[in-house]
Amino acid sequence: MERESTLHRLSGSIDLFEHMFEYEGMADAALTLSSPAPAGEEIRALQSRIQQMQATKLDTRSVRTHPALTGLLPGGSLRSGAAYSVERSTALVMALMAGPSSDGVWCGVVGMPDFGVEAAARFGIDLDRLALVPDPGDEWLTVTAAMADVVGVVVTRLPGRVSDSSIARLQARIRQRDATLIVLGDWPQSEATLRITESSWSGIGVGHGHLTARQAMVSVTARGGAGRPRRARLWLPDGDELFRPVLGTAASPVRALHEVVAG
Amino acid sequence: MNAAIAPVRTMVVWCPDWPVVATAGFEEVSLDEPIAVIEKGLVYACSASARADGVRRGLRIREAQARSPRLLDFVHDPVRVNRAFEPFISALEEMSPHVQIVRAGSCALRARGPARYYGDEHAAALAFLERFAELGVTDARVGIADGMFAADQAARLPGVDLIRIVPENESPRFLAGLPLQLLDEDELTMLLWRLGIRTLGDFARLPADDVRTRFGEPGARAHARAGGLDGTQVTPRIPPEVRESVSDFEPPLDRIDQITFGIRAASDRFIDDLATAMFVCTALRVEITTERGEVRERSWLHPRWFGSSDVVDRVRWQLQGGSTIESALSSPVTRVRIVAETIDHSSHHETGLWGSGSDERIHHGLSRVQSIVGHEGVLTASIGGGRSPRERQLLIPWGDRVPEKAPRAPRPRGRQKASAAEQIAPWPGSLPPPLPTTVFEKPRPVVVLAADRDPVAVTERGDLSAPPVFFSENPSGQGLRPLEAWAGPWPVYERWWDSDKRRRLDRFQVVDADGMAWLLALEGQVWRAEARYD
Repeated sequence: MERESTLHRLSGSIDLFEHMFEYEGMADAALTLSSPAPAGEEIRALQSRIQQMQATKLDTRSVRTHPALTGLLPGGSLRSGAAYSVERSTALVMALMAGPSSDGVWCGVVGMPDFGVEAAARFGIDLDRLALVPDPGDEWLTVTAAMADVVGVVVTRLPGRVSDSSIARLQARIRQRDATLIVLGDWPQSEATLRITESSWSGIGVGHGHLTARQAMVSVTARGGAGRPRRARLWLPDGDELFRPVLGTAASPVRALHEVVAG
Repeated sequence: MNAAIAPVRTMVVWCPDWPVVATAGFEEVSLDEPIAVIEKGLVYACSASARADGVRRGLRIREAQARSPRLLDFVHDPVRVNRAFEPFISALEEMSPHVQIVRAGSCALRARGPARYYGDEHAAALAFLERFAELGVTDARVGIADGMFAADQAARLPGVDLIRIVPENESPRFLAGLPLQLLDEDELTMLLWRLGIRTLGDFARLPADDVRTRFGEPGARAHARAGGLDGTQVTPRIPPEVRESVSDFEPPLDRIDQITFGIRAASDRFIDDLATAMFVCTALRVEITTERGEVRERSWLHPRWFGSSDVVDRVRWQLQGGSTIESALSSPVTRVRIVAETIDHSSHHETGLWGSGSDERIHHGLSRVQSIVGHEGVLTASIGGGRSPRERQLLIPWGDRVPEKAPRAPRPRGRQKASAAEQIAPWPGSLPPPLPTTVFEKPRPVVVLAADRDPVAVTERGDLSAPPVFFSENPSGQGLRPLEAWAGPWPVYERWWDSDKRRRLDRFQVVDADGMAWLLALEGQVWRAEARYD
């Protein structure tokens, strides 16, 4: 509880800082406020901005993130103590996990019996630092919270309906333990929501070939729908089982350079 | 062993014909009778009177009976023979710590400690022999020399002396006159014999480098032994007293929480005793005896070492067997026995000044999760052999060892390999990369239809009845949508040698109109989705 109140004090002081540094911005806002028509919208924008600031603490640590996703996530990286939600795509979940795992962070996967372990290993997740609880049963919340105590990244899928209070408790635990939560599905307090809006596979034809690579349009919506969604076209994965951004019209020298960097 | 290690002053206490003495003991026959202990139809050991009749070790049983018609022969029972020797080792351990059992009837210890304690080596040897005589073995012998081999030979040297001490640095000279056969390396001895080498001294005089070049490492070791440069150290056994904990319940208990409470103190004591002896337990066996006389036993491993609450957890999991903590057991439990199977010096497991701390944290955390969802609930993954994606992932409960052989991918007899080897093995017919990110625990039935809305099938010859056009992930056919691309069939015919486990299926990769790719399998007219590339 004491910690919570400190948090509030901290976020209060952040607001204060914002007022101090964004003096000009505030003046603009004050000006626009005088004209009544767009006022509501402006206030909403400011409110969402405050909300965005409140999600972060002063000492928020950024977690090593896969280079393909750095441009997409708010703040340019994954953060500890925050939650991210991913819609439908396990490949995106793995891309999020790959960064921390390559940095020596333990990952825990709760409630996902279908998690493709071999693909995870190929995409850069260290199996020696991966613990799976495929079927937590009724103890989903306890298990996920216990996992958050020890591992750096907790990946989970919500088991049916979860009460708001459970979500709030888990979120608090995540923040307290500086873990990163990745939820496959909807999560109300997520820092960002990642989804694949379109995907096209190459290497496979009608009756011939096999899947070799996929280009996907990944769209990231920041907290509370604030701001425009950021989009990027990514290889998920490319022919060498790597995640990387699609660069222009696949110019071969650039790709060669990227391989040097990746290797 | 490295010959450069200076031989340690070693003491070997040897009871001659121990298998015979022990067997005579529990068969209740007199040692004066001609007795032979038989292993695999050959004489393994014999008593003095049998020896006087001409019975020798290695003789066929018929031959031995022909030489000594009154011969009593018994089958060699190594377990009983070893067990019978146990009191002697305990007696020795009471007098001097760090006793190594060389074999039943013979044990070694470092001479320095006892020699200091009893004044000199002779006095120490005398004290040991007196103790053995109290226990009923009057003809035990002691040999003291530099190195275990020399000490062993000194103890076994025929003669009337019960104690034979080879002075320091005299071992090479003592060994030089002994016959080559004592090396117990039949092939080498035979060859050296043909080369005209008759004694250990002759062999020891050969240049060490030449022996190593000609006879390899085993030859070099034998050479070092022959020259009295035996580097074999005395490796003391770990005394067994601290290794088990038994809790008896009177009256028998039938509730898991009562039992776990009942063993708590015992398991504290068990771990504390080990800790006092500077050991940690890394594997243990739990034996649960019920009132009906059933014994349920199981071995448990620990990734680090067992603490007392870990021991209680293991017992609880074993009792529980999937049911909840409140449920009653089928039969009340009378006894819980915890035996340490593998113990190790705690110095090997000390937490380093840096590092290792976080792993311990992980372990505690995951053990906590295990206490919630059960031992099999928390898994670690590794990649094994196989063709289907599900088969390839090996999930092992946290704390257990990776099985030597991948259990889900049986191979023809005689070609069993470790899972690491299976992973490297090429596995023709496995999926090309990229691999599916979602692998269904159980393949899900799906619908694949041709343009005329008939199910697609594969003929005996491996041809498609019609190209697949529509797909739905619901078996009811709801949400039917066209396919953008497809590839296959890729036939798989597995374990054709096994009538129960043989499988024949055709795999397909398809991409549906939403851009989602699937791995499908058609087995006997039924379409299933094995995995999804999402």
